[in-house]
Amino acid sequence: MSAQTPILDIKNLSVHFRVYGGVLKVLDGIDFHVFPGEKVGLVGETGCGKTTTMKAILRVLPTPPAVIPNGEILFKGQNVLKMSERKLLDMRGQGISMIFQDPTSALNPVFTIGQQLEAVIRHASPQNHRLSRSAIEQRARLALREVALADPDRLLNSYPIQLSGGMRQRVCIGMALSTDPELLIADEPGTALDVTIQDQVLRLLQRLVDEKQKSVILITHTLGIVRQTTDRVYVMYAGNMVEVAPTKRLFAKPAHPYTQGLMAAVPRLSGGGISEGIPGRIPSYMNPPVGCRFHTRCPYAMPVCERLKPPVFTVDDEAHQVACFLYDAPDKVQAYKQEQVAV
Amino acid sequence: MSAQAVPSTPSPEIRHSISPEELARIKRENRRDQFGRAWYKFSRNPLSVLGAAIVIAITLMAIFAPIIAPYPKHAEPFTDFASASQPPSAEHLFGTDEIGRDILSRCIFGFRYSLVMGIVVLALVVPVGVFLGLVAGYYQGTWIDTVVMRVTDIFLSVPPLILALAIASVLEPNLTNAMLAVSLMWWPWYTRLVYGLASTLRNEYFVVSAETVGAGTGHILLREILPNMISPIFTKISLDMGWVIIIGSTLSFVGLGVQPPTPGLGTMVASGARFLPDQWWIAIFPALSIVFIVLGFNLLGDGLRDLFSAEEA
Amino acid sequence: MSGDVVLRVENLKKHFVVGHTGVIHREPITVKAVDGVSFEIRRGETFGIVGESGSGKSTIAYITMGMYLPTSGTITYDGRDLFAEKKRPIGLKKEIQIVFQDPGSSLNPRQSIKQILELPLRIHNPHANRLEEVIRLLDLVDLPPEYMHKYPRQLSGGERQIVAIARALATNPSVVVLDEPTSALDVSVQGKVLNLLIRLQRELGLTYMFITHDLSVMRNLASRVAIMYLGRIAEVAATEQFFSNPQHPYTQMLLSSIPVISEEEEKLKPAKVVSTGEIPSPVNLPKGCSFHTRCPYVMDVCKRVDPVMVDVGQRGGHIARCHLFEQPPEVAQQAEAVAASQEGA
Repeated sequence: MSAQTPILDIKNLSVHFRVYGGVLKVLDGIDFHVFPGEKVGLVGETGCGKTTTMKAILRVLPTPPAVIPNGEILFKGQNVLKMSERKLLDMRGQGISMIFQDPTSALNPVFTIGQQLEAVIRHASPQNHRLSRSAIEQRARLALREVALADPDRLLNSYPIQLSGGMRQRVCIGMALSTDPELLIADEPGTALDVTIQDQVLRLLQRLVDEKQKSVILITHTLGIVRQTTDRVYVMYAGNMVEVAPTKRLFAKPAHPYTQGLMAAVPRLSGGGISEGIPGRIPSYMNPPVGCRFHTRCPYAMPVCERLKPPVFTVDDEAHQVACFLYDAPDKVQAYKQEQVAV
Repeated sequence: MSAQAVPSTPSPEIRHSISPEELARIKRENRRDQFGRAWYKFSRNPLSVLGAAIVIAITLMAIFAPIIAPYPKHAEPFTDFASASQPPSAEHLFGTDEIGRDILSRCIFGFRYSLVMGIVVLALVVPVGVFLGLVAGYYQGTWIDTVVMRVTDIFLSVPPLILALAIASVLEPNLTNAMLAVSLMWWPWYTRLVYGLASTLRNEYFVVSAETVGAGTGHILLREILPNMISPIFTKISLDMGWVIIIGSTLSFVGLGVQPPTPGLGTMVASGARFLPDQWWIAIFPALSIVFIVLGFNLLGDGLRDLFSAEEA
Repeated sequence: MSGDVVLRVENLKKHFVVGHTGVIHREPITVKAVDGVSFEIRRGETFGIVGESGSGKSTIAYITMGMYLPTSGTITYDGRDLFAEKKRPIGLKKEIQIVFQDPGSSLNPRQSIKQILELPLRIHNPHANRLEEVIRLLDLVDLPPEYMHKYPRQLSGGERQIVAIARALATNPSVVVLDEPTSALDVSVQGKVLNLLIRLQRELGLTYMFITHDLSVMRNLASRVAIMYLGRIAEVAATEQFFSNPQHPYTQMLLSSIPVISEEEEKLKPAKVVSTGEIPSPVNLPKGCSFHTRCPYVMDVCKRVDPVMVDVGQRGGHIARCHLFEQPPEVAQQAEAVAASQEGA
């Protein structure tokens, strides 16, 4: 898989915001990539920079206050940050589609599903613009059928309010896939829905992207959803990518102390009590801790963590990388492994 | 049966302690920080700062008019036919009117009447309007709501200027009665605004919390709900200052407000209008003064709105 | 755990009128938010109520708090009817307090933490030294005293919820209703709040009515769990039983839908029941058992008659409302009657 070129490749990206009293250093040199056909999870808690990353990819961050001091975002080899408006429109129209958390606010309440779906298809590309009305309607109908919605003709003439939350989320998925994008960004899909409905929606999404071989970025704070739906996971903390690993391995053997803390904090269906969680709180972006941004909350913090930002180290093989000094030397990795066995 | 992870048992005595001085210091720091943040937001828009500067300047001029005005006597009954109708010059920056009074001095005094008009009207209108809206909004759906809001609607359905003109023309034409007339047509706007806000706020969980704890209606209205509408109310007050001043000037212009020789800006425009276009300065400078004062309050109002909306974010 | 009953809910109903039909024959259209719910909460326990949105779980909390009056049925606290008087007496208000889901809107943004905590003290404990009491309350929930001069927006979500808990404790209540207290919080913060609740329960002998949609949290906190679907209780069991041996098909569907993070938990999920279908609109409930439109075990009788709560023959008062379990004879008779009338028509 590593022989392929990534469809999306973020290199050393930083995003800052100028606000009252200083600069918020939100993204701090993150690296992130997605291969074609890969389902990648991006996990982190509120305020860790997930949404900023997503907005940066689509280049919808308001500047000012946002500033991008360094880094590049390559979508199919082209730097999004330097794209012309024309190319940017193409990318947003055909290259990348979004699925939002709340299907209710993602749909405009005063237009029918058909009007909205057809507008999305029509404006996706200049070619589509020349399509006839009936051809576009045909594609809209197809899009709805794909997301397992019965009776697409009636749906095309319905307003969002006439649909249930689950149906609306399906419509949003259909809409996102209707332009045949290469990359799908799903921001907390289904989190606003009930758990039984969310389960249906996630299974549907998974089936569709597998069938169509789409690349997916799944942004969420729910570890369980990532485990169910992705191939590879990035863990984000306070504007840093702290760990990346194939999903199975991450859940079996989390390496970064933050990932470990996060996993331990999830209440288990099998019982066993509730862990205290991670002590402290996410640091201020105005004066983030020097060195590793997690060292203030880390149970294993060492003197070096307070001085230097940890580079990326490899655990086992190239696929599992972690930004933590615990993995600096091979003997430390060994010690960690033994500890895991002991636990 | 329930959870097994047990946090360390706390000791019975209070674990944290703090000196009163320390508490006071923290309180002060919080205040300063809030002020700093507010000023930062406000000052980001130069127009808001300009508005604030205009309003402050006008207020100072109004207060210290006898000191600032070059010819304070000209605001009183005064004639000097020798220097009548002179165009703007170094001696008379805004020129003189048909009976020789310095227009600049009269405009500066005119600010006084305009400001008094605005302040008095809003001081009458805001408490009444806010109170009615608050009560009607909190008791939404009851007869109180129906009675208050239907009366409000009746007042709102009459064109405001016509209502004010009608009232002012029935009463003796002077500044007091003009203020009364404008007040009568203005309170319903506050009732509407506050009604809408209150009927949303009453369902907020902090209000429900206060109710379940057993707080009285007075506490809920004044301490829980009202403080949360200070921002929109003050924004509206600032924007309304301009409007009230315009309406007041309009009444003066048609002779129902400030009476000559008192230097009301509207009155001055009215009496100067006869000399247009040849002696344009007699009407134009008072008119520009009105524009200036209204502009100042409007810019300030916009700035306040930005400030408050940023505060909530 | 078989302590005395503190809160008894009996055949509680709450129907909201949401509109009217027709112009001439104006029939009210109602949503049966809560439709015949009974349970009891024992002193010192954590009684969990689970359900999806629209299941009526929050409505039960709001009725308990006196925010709504029940359409019929009643709730008693220590034998006293909560709705006996038109306005709930202060003494009863003191005993039952609530912590809301969203710590953002449950604290007045214009009041300092001190002002927020002082209100219940002023009403219920007017002679106490308020400053000392505020410091004591903050200390009880492990917040340093300087927090009293902060405003809600200066606190993190978890800290706000902790302040809301301190406020609920200010009246020294015996029952606390927890309405999704950690749903809005990040998982790393959630643990702190939940452990605080557990500690406070032990130290102060509190009884909790714990409402959530998160079964994983419920598993670790509740002593007994009731599951609700469209205004009715589907199953009640002791927590251990509920998760290891779920009986109602809806419970099984819910359990199988939860995203989990370990193989161990995966094994607990009933594999056979997969989530299908939409939740019906509460305005237009299906006839018979309201779950029959999505139930994998649906039978003819389910479409005709609503089942009643029966003991499912497991340990410790495990009850479920489902035709899979033997129903009393009158239900069967009713079913036959409905069948006959349908054939006749």
